[in-house]
Amino acid sequence: MAEFFTMLFDTNTPLGWFIVKTLIILAYVAVLLISLAFLLLADRKIWAAVQMRKGPNVVGAFGLLQSFADFLKFVFKEAVIPAGVDKPIYALAPVLTLLMAFITWAVIPVAPGWVITDLNLGVLYILAISSLGVYGVILGGWASNSKYAFLGAMRSTAQMISYEVTIGLVLITVLLLSGSLNLTVIVEAQAGGFWHWNGFALSPITLIMFPMMIVFFISALAETNRPPFDLPEAESELVAGYQVEYSSTFYLLFMIGEYLNIVMMCALITLLFLGGWHAPFDFAPFTWLPPVLWFAIKVCCVFFMFSMVKAIVPRYRYDQLMRLGWKIFLPMTLIAVALVGAWVTFVINGA
Amino acid sequence: MELGTVLPAIAFYLFASTACICALMVVIARSPVRSVLFLIMTFFSAAALFVMLGAEFLALLLVIVYVGAVAVLFLFVVMMLDVDFVELKQGFAEYLPLGGLLAFVLTVELIVLGTTFRLPENFSAQVPIEQGVSNIEAFGLVLYTDFAFFFEAAGLILLVAMIGAIMLTLNKKKGVKRQKVSDQVARTPKDGLELIDVKPGEGLS
Repeated sequence: MAEFFTMLFDTNTPLGWFIVKTLIILAYVAVLLISLAFLLLADRKIWAAVQMRKGPNVVGAFGLLQSFADFLKFVFKEAVIPAGVDKPIYALAPVLTLLMAFITWAVIPVAPGWVITDLNLGVLYILAISSLGVYGVILGGWASNSKYAFLGAMRSTAQMISYEVTIGLVLITVLLLSGSLNLTVIVEAQAGGFWHWNGFALSPITLIMFPMMIVFFISALAETNRPPFDLPEAESELVAGYQVEYSSTFYLLFMIGEYLNIVMMCALITLLFLGGWHAPFDFAPFTWLPPVLWFAIKVCCVFFMFSMVKAIVPRYRYDQLMRLGWKIFLPMTLIAVALVGAWVTFVINGA
Repeated sequence: MELGTVLPAIAFYLFASTACICALMVVIARSPVRSVLFLIMTFFSAAALFVMLGAEFLALLLVIVYVGAVAVLFLFVVMMLDVDFVELKQGFAEYLPLGGLLAFVLTVELIVLGTTFRLPENFSAQVPIEQGVSNIEAFGLVLYTDFAFFFEAAGLILLVAMIGAIMLTLNKKKGVKRQKVSDQVARTPKDGLELIDVKPGEGLS
């Protein structure tokens, strides 16, 4: 019997490898979903605090169980499917959104060695998957057979494609500095105190990298359709954008996917610019905390910034959004790529 | 047979057959949007085949460029088309002879090619991969040294194409008011505000 169990979890055999990987993925998904529930609550609480409200405070102590109550509410609601929808595609869109949001996490390392797949082209993989995320939105908007939804999907797609360019270029600056597309290597290159992190390094290149971090943060807001760039769901113009015809579990899938993408962007900023799981000071009291906790703390800090932006900044107009993306960020990041490339070639490798 | 050799074979046939079936469905599907969706599936299966060959970089580029950008634009265009199938089928008999001829020639060519082509002896589908060099590094090592000229030439051609596309769609209409952010920022109360001392009972004309 004992032998059977060791064989079942032996990663050298195909079956054991499959079982172990499946268990790891299931655990990862569970942890992600539970953290997401509390991050969602945090988002609403912060938003409420800025507006001097109390926010959700009825379900559980301090409203801690609010997200779970909402989850149940969505699941038990009636799924209204409007007339004239393209049913298979209508059902496919939210599932696709959720799937894409989840599989991006496969390459995100949360602590040394704690990663599902340590892909050599991890950053490129994230770019590829996030470019697939557009499909959930565009298909959902089209299949709903509604003008509001379609207009929302159009806006959202144009916005996501535009800001993907900026995100790609900012990624290139980080890749040039760390010389790898592997996220673990990128984080390892920032080891040893916050003065080694890409965003705050004690080196002249920070004059470029710190603004790049800000640009990445703003582009991440646009990429995930967060305020102030939530034009796809601008309620004053489009009711709720591409998800207006969705209800019940379908809507829930969309929303989980959206929030997962937001947290993924927070994790990405943490990994690329804030040193991933490394403690801000590499000596005693700070290194006592396990790396995964440092990672979680940093992600929460970035998420706090996301929430604050949502609470404080008014919505952009559509032409302003496009102007910012194409006329300001694109030239800026292009110049930054050239400068960082020159720095790496002539200063780091040349000297 | 060992599981380690069977699994890649199963995966290959899965992806290859998906690619073929989806390619067929692109032509067969009635709704143009579904056609584009099947096209995307085809791209995706092709990318999976690239991964199996050890060309992860190409696979991810295929997904980013074709699935993530080109196909989205296809989808955009197709979704806004108002396709009338009755109208589309009107010219069917008219185009049938020419289309049939083209299909026949293509089939004959493919059969001739298939019967005469022989793989060289000791041929291997595996691309020789240098040890210790990752996929993307291997690309960079040749793309920016041996093929630098072609690489830059391709970039220039794309630039010219882009400028051409912009020139085609650029129309300078008279009387269109555009937002100039610098003007707005430079505006002071002096430019925008005029204080007029209105005398009682007279008003402004």
